[in-house]
Amino acid sequence: MTVLEDQGTVTTTAPAVTLRGVTKRFGQGPNILDDVSLDVAEGEFLCLLGASGCGKSTLLSLVAGLDRPTTGTVEVPGGRAALMFQEPALFPWLTASQNVELALRLRGVGKKERRERAQELLTLVRLKDAGGKRVHELSGGMRQRVAMARALAQDSHVLLMDEPFAALDAITRDVLHDELVHLRQSQKLTVLFVTHNVREAVRLGDRVVLLSSRPGRVVKEYEVKIGQPRRIESPEVAQLSMTVTDELRAEIRRHGGQS
Amino acid sequence: MSLLDHRANDDLASLEAGLDALESNERKTLPRWRRWLAATWPPLVAVALLVVVWQLVYNAGVLPAYRLPSPSDVLASLRDQWQAGTLQQATWNSVRRGGLGFLASLAIGTPLGLLVGRVRSVRRAIGPILSGLQSLPSVAWVPAAILWFGLSDATIYFVVLMGAVPSIANGMVSGLDQVPPLYLRVGRVLGARGLASARHVLLPAALPGYVGGLRQGWAFSWRSLMAAELIARSPDLGLGVGQLLDQSRQLQDFPGVLAGILTILVIGIAIELCLFAPIERRVLRRRGLVAATS
Ligand SMILES: Nc1ncnc2c1ncn2[C@@H]1O[C@H](COP(=O)(O)OP(=O)(O)OP(=O)(O)O)[C@@H](O)[C@H]1O
Ligand SMILES: [Mg+2]
Repeated sequence: MTVLEDQGTVTTTAPAVTLRGVTKRFGQGPNILDDVSLDVAEGEFLCLLGASGCGKSTLLSLVAGLDRPTTGTVEVPGGRAALMFQEPALFPWLTASQNVELALRLRGVGKKERRERAQELLTLVRLKDAGGKRVHELSGGMRQRVAMARALAQDSHVLLMDEPFAALDAITRDVLHDELVHLRQSQKLTVLFVTHNVREAVRLGDRVVLLSSRPGRVVKEYEVKIGQPRRIESPEVAQLSMTVTDELRAEIRRHGGQS
Repeated sequence: MSLLDHRANDDLASLEAGLDALESNERKTLPRWRRWLAATWPPLVAVALLVVVWQLVYNAGVLPAYRLPSPSDVLASLRDQWQAGTLQQATWNSVRRGGLGFLASLAIGTPLGLLVGRVRSVRRAIGPILSGLQSLPSVAWVPAAILWFGLSDATIYFVVLMGAVPSIANGMVSGLDQVPPLYLRVGRVLGARGLASARHVLLPAALPGYVGGLRQGWAFSWRSLMAAELIARSPDLGLGVGQLLDQSRQLQDFPGVLAGILTILVIGIAIELCLFAPIERRVLRRRGLVAATS
């Protein structure tokens, strides 16, 4: 467990994701992100926390290469990062395993290998028997797991996650938290996880970065020195969540008259 | 630690299995023939009622018999046409023309729809014209077509094309418009660019709208064909159902006229029910867009 505690403080290896002075605005609008600098270390689980509309999804699209920063640089030295969207966004005309296979196919993986690898990945998220199901036949939690398998199929060690569990009920979410922590360990992933749920951030992250709203800036960072496996109900998680929530509220209050 | 890890892992596995079992409900579907029966009997009853009312009106003598023939007169007329072989011949001719015309419309309308849907300048230029054309009854093209092509097959196919191409193209356009931008972004994250993106994301996502357009395109093909056949008559043109109908009118053969209308209706419905409805249902059901029991 001490090993895990140390992970948050690893700074010697090259970062897996680097943002330097990143500013983003759409057209002539105001800055959505303002001078954001952030490093995600190799193997780190970083939670990005911010109120709704503060630019979290925007930041992830920049890292995923779906959009360019207005100024500043975004680097992902390992190549393309995998992204899991806010909604599962599986293709409804494909089965669960075809969804995973498509990710492999677009990477140029051969047909036979595709099938095997998709089956492997589905087994990894414990959906080995659900491969033939269509998306609408899966429950919300199962969909997110297929989406997770599809993201893993991109074979990138950097996984970006945009509030992937926000739409799930608390019980399913809790189970998927365990699942994610497990996967991250077994697959040696670097995770940049976006959420507006403080407890979720503290439950999962090695580090929690607080983002302000309008414009989005990094305001505070917390090292989470609690060993995994953690429980979301544990007093340690609750304690730190309280501190973070207070800071978040103070941050929101600064906008005073606006809301 | 690792033993503990395994235990935790097994726990998690069984927990997830439980959740999955709770959340996914296996739907029991009725056997195929039961579903078929359930879908078939209401319209059959409705048609039977209509025939009964018709017979009653006939019996009451509201209109003289030469203005309103009885159902059995119409049936007799159909039988005569069948025995003479004209019914089969006309049906075959019309279905062939309708089918060929539809296929040609498909070949033109699909790329046209793609262009209008994806290229902004083309859309600005042709988009409004295309939707305008859709509301123009294609009969309006018959006189012009006769002047251009004379009384030939070309006239008929031209009218069919003008009827069906806008529907199919517009179906494609609306299919493309309905593709959620999220799917395209997902495609890009997965590494789909250009042609791969069109093939694996854009086109499959646009399919429901496109299939709806095809269905409407067929309806327009058939209507336009009948309009053309009713007006453009010549011995050079093979006998179609529309021409058969017009022949009956000229002979003041009222049962024949009703038999003609009935034939046109039945062929249109049959092709719609046997071909397009199942395709559309299949596409939608695979995506969970219709309830499996309906
Ligand atoms: N393409 C765009 N054009 C213009 N404005 C945009 C665009 N995308 C996002 N925005 C604006 O940027 C701001 C941040 O959006 P973003 O989706 O990144 O927030 P978020 O933190 O992910 O919010 P949520 O928690 O609700 O998902 C919002 O005010 C939004 O209106
Ligand atoms: Mg968002």
